[in-house]
Amino acid sequence: MTEQQPDQQADQVTATSGEVPPEPTARQRAVRALLHPGRGQITAGALLVVLGIAAVTQVRLAGTDDEYGGMRQSDLIQALNGLQAASRRNDQDIRDLEKTRDSLRDSSERTATALEQARSELGALGILAGTLPASGPGVRITVTVPDSGISLNYLLDGIEELRDAGAEAMEINDAVRVVAQTSFEAADGGVNVDGRVLSSPFVIDVIGDPEGLTAALKFPGGFVEDLALDEGTVDIKQDQKIEISVIRPATAPRYAESSQGE
Amino acid sequence: MIAIIGLIVGVVVGLVLKPDVPIGLEPYLPIAVVAALDAVFGALRAFLDGIFDDKVFVVSFISNVFIAALIVFLGDKLGVGAQLSTGVIVVLGIRIFANVAAIRRHIFHA
Repeated sequence: MTEQQPDQQADQVTATSGEVPPEPTARQRAVRALLHPGRGQITAGALLVVLGIAAVTQVRLAGTDDEYGGMRQSDLIQALNGLQAASRRNDQDIRDLEKTRDSLRDSSERTATALEQARSELGALGILAGTLPASGPGVRITVTVPDSGISLNYLLDGIEELRDAGAEAMEINDAVRVVAQTSFEAADGGVNVDGRVLSSPFVIDVIGDPEGLTAALKFPGGFVEDLALDEGTVDIKQDQKIEISVIRPATAPRYAESSQGE
Repeated sequence: MIAIIGLIVGVVVGLVLKPDVPIGLEPYLPIAVVAALDAVFGALRAFLDGIFDDKVFVVSFISNVFIAALIVFLGDKLGVGAQLSTGVIVVLGIRIFANVAAIRRHIFHA
């Protein structure tokens, strides 16, 4: 500005106007200029038109998304450097995340394998515990005893022999699954197996090696000969497909705890 | 009154026409606007002081804009464009503050 110094203070001005009372005050001058604009205002108005256009244009430019458009070369280089650093950081992040992903994938594969193993174990244990139906090669033993008067000892011996020969699943009369906990008891009109009274003919379905199971019953002094003492007859039929459909509810042990870590 | 109308007209024209600024002049536009604002506030203060002269205003307006742009241009050539334009903005900002303070004392007597 050529017409005055920026450090000129207003109190000096008021002092000046105080010395010259007839001079109109600033406020009066402003009101007069607003009401009776002079010719001098026309040039000022023209310049202010230019200023308005420029200001609005600049505001518009600054508001646009093109944030690099108005930048100088050095600014652009700085921005480029910043972007490169950010890109390096992001690359590092990507590598870290990929590592995490790989390790997670590994662990999820391990989990899947363990799950698979657990499932097959569940199947095997379920057949042993009698909680799952089973099918496979085996024998169907039909024991016919007059008046169902079968000796409990003979029956238990026979079942033990079958277990010895590798019997994997057993059921009697399509009614009772024979497992480790199965109990046998003498009863009126037959045998009480796990609380159910079964009577002759006893049909025992056994899954296992058919030859081995047959041999386990027929050896001298074995099940077949024992039953002959009870005047019973034993019919052994080998079959490649024995179905055992009776299941027992799974029971969690109340007292026993696994003493192994896993 | 005419000055205020001129400012309003300029804003409206700028909004309506959306003029394109040549890429080469883009860095100078903000500096030029601030320099012109400085000239305007100086003129307003001079007017309230009773020493306003339209010729002086025109000359100060144009020279202000021109010199500000020239300084920034020189700074760009010397490789310190960003720093110099910051300096110019700071100086002009201080001047605008001083002028506005004087105007305020005139109008509100405070």
